[in-house]
Amino acid sequence: MEVTWTKKDLLSLYDLEREEIELILDTAEEFKKVSQRNVKKVPALRGKTVVNFFVEPSTRTRISFELAEQRLSADIINISANASSLQKGETLLDTVKNIEALQADLIVMRHSAPGAQNFIAQNVECGVLNAGDGAHSHPTQALLDLFTIREKKGRIKGLKTVIVGDILHSRVARSDIWGLLKLGAEVTVAGPATLVPKDFEKIGVRVCHNLKEALEGADVVNLLRIQHERQRSGFFPSTNEYARFFGLNRETVKYLKPDALVMHPGPINRDVELDSSIADGPQSVILEQVTNGLAVRMAVLFLVAGCLQK
Amino acid sequence: MNKKKSYILTGGRVVDPFRGIDAVMDIGVMDGVIVEPESVVNPETIDVSGLIVAPGFIDMHVHLRQPGNHAAETIATGTMAAAAGGFSGIVPMPNTSPAADTPGAIEYIKRHTEREGKVKVYPCGCMTKNLEGKEMAGIGSLKAAGVVAVSDDGKCIQNHELMRHVAEYTASFGLPILDHCEDDCLKGEGVMHEGVWSVLLGMQGISSASEELMIARDIIMSRMSGCRIHIQHLSCQEGVSMIRHAREKGILISAEVTPHHISLTDECIKKFDTNYKMNPPLRSEYDRQALIQGLADGTITVIATDHAPHTATAKLVEFDYAPFGIVGLETAIPVCLSELYHTGVLSISSFVSKFTVGPAEILGFKNKSLAAGNPADITIIDLNREFTVDASKFYSKSRNTPYNGMTFKGKAVATVVDGKFVFSEL
Repeated sequence: MEVTWTKKDLLSLYDLEREEIELILDTAEEFKKVSQRNVKKVPALRGKTVVNFFVEPSTRTRISFELAEQRLSADIINISANASSLQKGETLLDTVKNIEALQADLIVMRHSAPGAQNFIAQNVECGVLNAGDGAHSHPTQALLDLFTIREKKGRIKGLKTVIVGDILHSRVARSDIWGLLKLGAEVTVAGPATLVPKDFEKIGVRVCHNLKEALEGADVVNLLRIQHERQRSGFFPSTNEYARFFGLNRETVKYLKPDALVMHPGPINRDVELDSSIADGPQSVILEQVTNGLAVRMAVLFLVAGCLQK
Repeated sequence: MNKKKSYILTGGRVVDPFRGIDAVMDIGVMDGVIVEPESVVNPETIDVSGLIVAPGFIDMHVHLRQPGNHAAETIATGTMAAAAGGFSGIVPMPNTSPAADTPGAIEYIKRHTEREGKVKVYPCGCMTKNLEGKEMAGIGSLKAAGVVAVSDDGKCIQNHELMRHVAEYTASFGLPILDHCEDDCLKGEGVMHEGVWSVLLGMQGISSASEELMIARDIIMSRMSGCRIHIQHLSCQEGVSMIRHAREKGILISAEVTPHHISLTDECIKKFDTNYKMNPPLRSEYDRQALIQGLADGTITVIATDHAPHTATAKLVEFDYAPFGIVGLETAIPVCLSELYHTGVLSISSFVSKFTVGPAEILGFKNKSLAAGNPADITIIDLNREFTVDASKFYSKSRNTPYNGMTFKGKAVATVVDGKFVFSEL
């Protein structure tokens, strides 16, 4: 079956069919080759204007998107919240309408409020790519995780995957879960009950509050960053205690399959959620995730821009 | 409201739950008062056959935004929206700016209602000064100025000792408390119901526990003080069950439910439309069913809208940043008839009761039935009229409704206040 891309926006993996996710991953494989060439640039987005609108600060995602846009030959504008008229009291929608009035083709947007990109996408003609909205969704992170797993394991269907950490506040977890479920993996979320809501069971995810049980026989483990401010809000008593019971260390790593992949969306809190020796060890694919992020972002920019052209 | 005339409503099905009447009969009106049809002098007849003729509906939970936010609503537009929705009387909440915590503020409401009001406005005063939950407002003076109840709606007194004193003091003036039940710590920064949908959407949840705790507190306070405490906009299953149990024990506790909590659930929020953002939030289907059951078995005696107008500008923002609340006056009867009457949950008599006998019992209103000698406040309903909501045609200044474009069955077609038709599609 020939799959074509028909969406003007990329907002969440919840909105995508399995075939659409696979189309993105297949397209990303082609673009990964571009980055390995001597001349790392193709004219796919020449003449297109992409605006990177980061209302919430970001370094790695913004740089990855920017580089992806450059490699596709797009014209790029970068706007951050403190340099925009939001500071002067303009509404988000008015700011974006102004960007659109300059004939921008695509807006890559990050925002701290869940659904902010959905709200904008419903109200503008140009394409909207979600670069993270609060704890809701971060589709390109999940796509690069899926890409990395598929590349390393040759498949996703049937794999036992575990996501460990602050699931409650994580847009990465919410995106990975949809992607992994749609592609047929088994998903377990693990961590203390304050950070891992039971309600995930209602969509077919296994919820586990004991790390060793969760990791037993897993093919993939994805560690999420533990933010210190969660300790102050009373979600757990200390990062030391967190590391002791929920961190991946030399002892707990033994519960994984020997060839299991260790992933992390970054930035890492070394020796909190992830022991340094494992982060730098042979099972870790953390830096490859970063490399693959570029290819995945080139793919989604290319597909969405192509759809807008029609 | 001065133009009064004499007429007879003929052929209508009179549903008057105050007197247990459900029968086809004529109703006479003369000089703003209900009279025996044969005693009307030179009557004009108004044919209402096929329609329901009921005592005037009362919405005991409305926000008129005046003074403070005239861009969203005023006493003039809010009372016209009430008339168009079939309500002959409303209770505006005191969380205006400034708040209605002094006799002067109550005088202001009464003066503007007299000048600009389309329906009867029964003022409600604050429990605490400026709704701060710190010092008791002058509840006795507010009563003397004409309030029918006290409430800190929008906020909830967190200090239980203060709540105890407010309940005891209010009871000595024979007023009811209308309480917005919410524990501030448990609510946190929540924007929607805490459940599977908040988890999937990554939004901060408002746990039902934040409401349940304060309902339990209020049941205890009512039992201790003998004060009548009415739970506003009840939204959760456990709340229904606690109130049922307390009423069985004879505690003076009652509850209202809104049309949106019995017709919508948290799943609606998946499109991030801020017209589904209100407080208490839309809860789960399980809660929705429990609320409907509570209406059916008499635990919940009142339907009230929590009509909360907000400008389009205020609502056209990120979900997290939008204010809580939706308008409800002009959609309440169609939504509730569709969800409760046409589904067979409530008889027409119990349906009417939730908007008439229910509020009147709590607020201590007399003379609200359609008996001769009472003021002619009447709501006339067509049970079968198809009604498609068009927010652009609202009389309310605000259009923040989740029901725009939806079609319902049944609608108020005329509203009579002191004998005068303040709204009519007859």
